[in-house]
Amino acid sequence: MNRLKRKNAVPAAQGVPAAGINQVTWKERLASYRRDPLSLALRLVVCLAAAITAAVLLALIAYILIRGIPHLKPSLFELHYNSENVSMFPAMVMTLYMTVLCLLIATPLGVGCAIYLTEYAKRGNKVVEVIRLAAETLSGIPSIVYGLFGMLFFVTALGWKYSILAGACTLSIMVLPLIIRSTEEALKSVPDSYREASFGLGAGKLRTVMRVVLPPAMPGIVAGIILAVGRIVGETAALIYTAGTVAKITGNPMESARTLSVHMYALSSEGLHTNEAFATAVVLLVTVLLLNALSNWIAKRITKG
Amino acid sequence: MKENLVSEKGRTAPSKLSWRTLRQRLRANRKNLLEKGMAALFFVAACASILAVALICIFIFQGGYEAISQIGLFEFLGGTRWKPTADPPSFGIFPMIMGSIYVTGGAILIGVPIGILSAIFMARFCPKRLYRWLKPAFELLAGIPSIVYGFFGLMVLVPLVRQFFPGNGNSMFTAWILLGIMILPTIIGISEAALRAVPESYYEGALALGASHERAVFKTVVPAAKSGILAGVVLGIGRAIGETMALLWVCGNQARLPDSIFDGVRTMTTNIVLEMGYAADLHRQALIATGAVLFAFILLINALFAALKHKEMRS
Repeated sequence: MNRLKRKNAVPAAQGVPAAGINQVTWKERLASYRRDPLSLALRLVVCLAAAITAAVLLALIAYILIRGIPHLKPSLFELHYNSENVSMFPAMVMTLYMTVLCLLIATPLGVGCAIYLTEYAKRGNKVVEVIRLAAETLSGIPSIVYGLFGMLFFVTALGWKYSILAGACTLSIMVLPLIIRSTEEALKSVPDSYREASFGLGAGKLRTVMRVVLPPAMPGIVAGIILAVGRIVGETAALIYTAGTVAKITGNPMESARTLSVHMYALSSEGLHTNEAFATAVVLLVTVLLLNALSNWIAKRITKG
Repeated sequence: MKENLVSEKGRTAPSKLSWRTLRQRLRANRKNLLEKGMAALFFVAACASILAVALICIFIFQGGYEAISQIGLFEFLGGTRWKPTADPPSFGIFPMIMGSIYVTGGAILIGVPIGILSAIFMARFCPKRLYRWLKPAFELLAGIPSIVYGFFGLMVLVPLVRQFFPGNGNSMFTAWILLGIMILPTIIGISEAALRAVPESYYEGALALGASHERAVFKTVVPAAKSGILAGVVLGIGRAIGETMALLWVCGNQARLPDSIFDGVRTMTTNIVLEMGYAADLHRQALIATGAVLFAFILLINALFAALKHKEMRS
């Protein structure tokens, strides 16, 4: 009787710690798969798909690192670029410059928009719907269309020429929806009781938002901003025809400059400096990896704290 | 200081009040003004995205309109000859439109099955300990810059395809593989969220009826998450059709209709990047119009995605 029962028992979901009467041995699982080969096939297919995805990721990263790291020579980090040393150092500095400039524009706008949407806007407000729709539309626009727009508007219509400012403005529109969404989520995760307590103590709306709601939401906002930095660092198509491709360090935002990914594009399309392109890819990849890890780590702190 | 002055103007006969109440009122007024001002500022920030969308639409479509009105809509969209520097030049982007559609379709063919199955694995089969590593890894796939993907395609996929298949490796097929990989994280992310949103009772009910774990997942959970998964696929299509830098060195860039999947193609996106550097006058405008057509495609896909998401939320 007991045997019969166990034979017909449904195998417990994997990952659930097997214990007591729910325990399913490998033998039993095998038996149930023999009775129902479709289940086994489904499981294998699913595992195979996940394995392919993981393998592709590993192969990509490993290949870039293995081919690139041996070519990370000191001459690649010389202060000035020329066709001899193909230094990526100016591009690195200008990437940093571009990122800071871009965040200076995008963060206030994005965070302000999110604060308006979550804290100020009334329910069922038509404007809110339009803003949401606009942000969603922005997040779906491909970077080449941003590049075209930046070229038409900032470079040509406003007459900024190929400049860092034009590139930064284009990119800040591009990362705006990302910052809005992450800030909104972070603000929504702050319990209403915080706001109620603050109002109850006589604080006004602004003080409540600034002193009570924003601090606990900060990790989420920062995580979103770091993700945005990742997008900025990796962007190419939106920058080629807005910020141009001049490889030098400059402090003037009205001058043209290349970021690291544009540098990589330039090297690779010339086709002469494959090794240097690999080295640049390593720097890009590691930067993005670190930024992602940092963003994840900070985001995890919200759930903890 | 400025705020002080402004608030003082609105006050009647301040001399009758004692200094203390005056100061208090001033302070209260200033606070009020600050509240109002900041609220207005937040609203202005919120309107920035509307302004951005409006500006993008105006500039892209206006630029496109100029070119299309000169070339002719049918000639532009339906023409199969793209010879911008010939005399007389001809601007037909039909091969590029088809190129984008072919490449996207192939990427979907490769990326969607792997992506959805991976999402099912992540949501229902993955041991917790593995999940802690796999989840950030898959998210990372989305963070890798497209230029790095393109470089990887150029250095690895193109020689590989050249070795095992006919043609010189710069082909539609290579683009399919690369784009199929690139849309994986989009599809996995959204599908997994949709799968996790299915009430646990569906799964438990299936188990109670005697279904195995696999059958329960595939016959109840997956169908219930259908519209969410479809939304993920649509977003993946959007990503694929707008991809530029990854395709540039992979798809061959010949502006003609391909005869086989091992022929090179040119997409709308790569057409813009390739020629914008030296284009002038009508050629330049025709490239902007290519962007406008691409933008129209994207808006359509976005609308589809929004509709699907709406449907998922309602159910």
